Amino acid sequence: MKDKVIDIKNLSFVYPDGTRGLREVSLTVYAGESVAIIGPNGAGKSTLLLHLNGVLRGNSTVEICGMPVSDGNLKEIRRKVGLVFQDPDDQLFSLTVFDDVGFGPLNMGCSEAEVKERVSRALEWVGMTGYEKRSPHHLSIGEKKRIAIATVLALDPEVLVLDEPTSNLDPRSKWSLVALLTSLPVTKVIATHDLELVRALCQRVVVLDRGEVVADGPAETILNDLPLLRAHGLAPEG
Amino acid sequence: MKHSFIDQYCDLDSFIHRLDPRTKFVASLAFILAVLLTPAGKWWMFVFYFLIVLGLLIFSRLPPTYALKRSLAVIPFVLLIAIFIPFFKEGEIAGSYNIWLWKISVTYSGLFVLANVVAKAWLCILCLILLSSTTKLTELLRGLQQLGVPQAIVLILSFMYRYIFVLMDEAMRMQQAYQSRDIGGSLLRRLKTFGNMIGALFIRSYERGERIYAAMVSRGFDGQVRILNPLRLKGADVFFGVVFGVLLMSPYIILLVQ
Repeated sequence: MKDKVIDIKNLSFVYPDGTRGLREVSLTVYAGESVAIIGPNGAGKSTLLLHLNGVLRGNSTVEICGMPVSDGNLKEIRRKVGLVFQDPDDQLFSLTVFDDVGFGPLNMGCSEAEVKERVSRALEWVGMTGYEKRSPHHLSIGEKKRIAIATVLALDPEVLVLDEPTSNLDPRSKWSLVALLTSLPVTKVIATHDLELVRALCQRVVVLDRGEVVADGPAETILNDLPLLRAHGLAPEG
Repeated sequence: MKHSFIDQYCDLDSFIHRLDPRTKFVASLAFILAVLLTPAGKWWMFVFYFLIVLGLLIFSRLPPTYALKRSLAVIPFVLLIAIFIPFFKEGEIAGSYNIWLWKISVTYSGLFVLANVVAKAWLCILCLILLSSTTKLTELLRGLQQLGVPQAIVLILSFMYRYIFVLMDEAMRMQQAYQSRDIGGSLLRRLKTFGNMIGALFIRSYERGERIYAAMVSRGFDGQVRILNPLRLKGADVFFGVVFGVLLMSPYIILLVQ
């Protein structure tokens, strides 16, 4: 058996306003896997992702690489789990690309030389070398998405967690992003309802609806199970 | 959406662009102070300070029409505040007008004060335009930080600059959505809609703030802002600072001697 990168058992979460976010979710992700979490709007995908690096905390423990998420090791957890938010304007909050990509490494206490090295390596990975001095608000959405991915790659994460990576992208930018993601040799967890993306990138699919895991299996099987997809609003009726 | 940026000419290259942001910031403050402290009616001093700014503007290779236009854009605001001075200042009357029931008179001393106020405001604005068009905002903020400005204020300024255009886009989209459904209605109703839009914008910004914070926390933010490559003063900065300081002070020295 391969190493467990993410291990969640019976996780439930209720938002402060009483909305049920997650109900008894169990999920194990192994090293090297690409897992898609699909589900209709409001299924709890983003809520689940926010539990992976401890921004939200539910009733039961989430284990990352064998470490339970707790106050003591949040920094280490957040280095291991690279969470990329849906809207790159949320992810890129600095005035220059360099500051944004270097933000994580700086917070981890890297030296100046190491920060610079990590920034240029991360930008090279996503094909954005030479953008260091640009301002995020001058970039196209596709470019912003790539930089957003670079901001977490700079931390050398064990697992890359992406929330709707292809939303708002035109087909060309979308497929070039898919190619980029395929080329990155890390474990990936991708929340999306873009089934084309799932087909191209993921071997395993988890279906989430109303905060519950309703299916978990090989992408091939689940994406061809039309009745299942229909029941959860992921395929057209009829 | 494309917006124009306040620091749109800071990619040019000149002696002034290359100065340390702290030098420029302190020099600008000193300039503004010197202008504001100029005794009213010392027109030769205003001319002198104008020549200094003009010289620096030419040095900085900014398009002259740009600086001029920019500075004029601020004049209405100054006038709006200062326009009433000639009417209220007592003294020799320059002219009086009857408007309906009121008799309004303008005094020479009032006009004199107005002219001084406008001259001072305009000089200060020219100086700020020079500062903001020759210094990248990122550099300026870094300079402020190293000058000891509280971290919270520097952070607020940098977030403001980063997100003002994102917010403007959001407001513009709301405006367009409103206009495409606008079928008239009373003024009260329109005002109500407008109020709702402002409220919605506030809530959206608040929620965006929470998401941004989550994104910061996700990358290890713990309340401590760390910066790389601290700025270092160069010989040119010292040279500029001394020359500029002496220039600024010279009219006051002349005043004292007189």
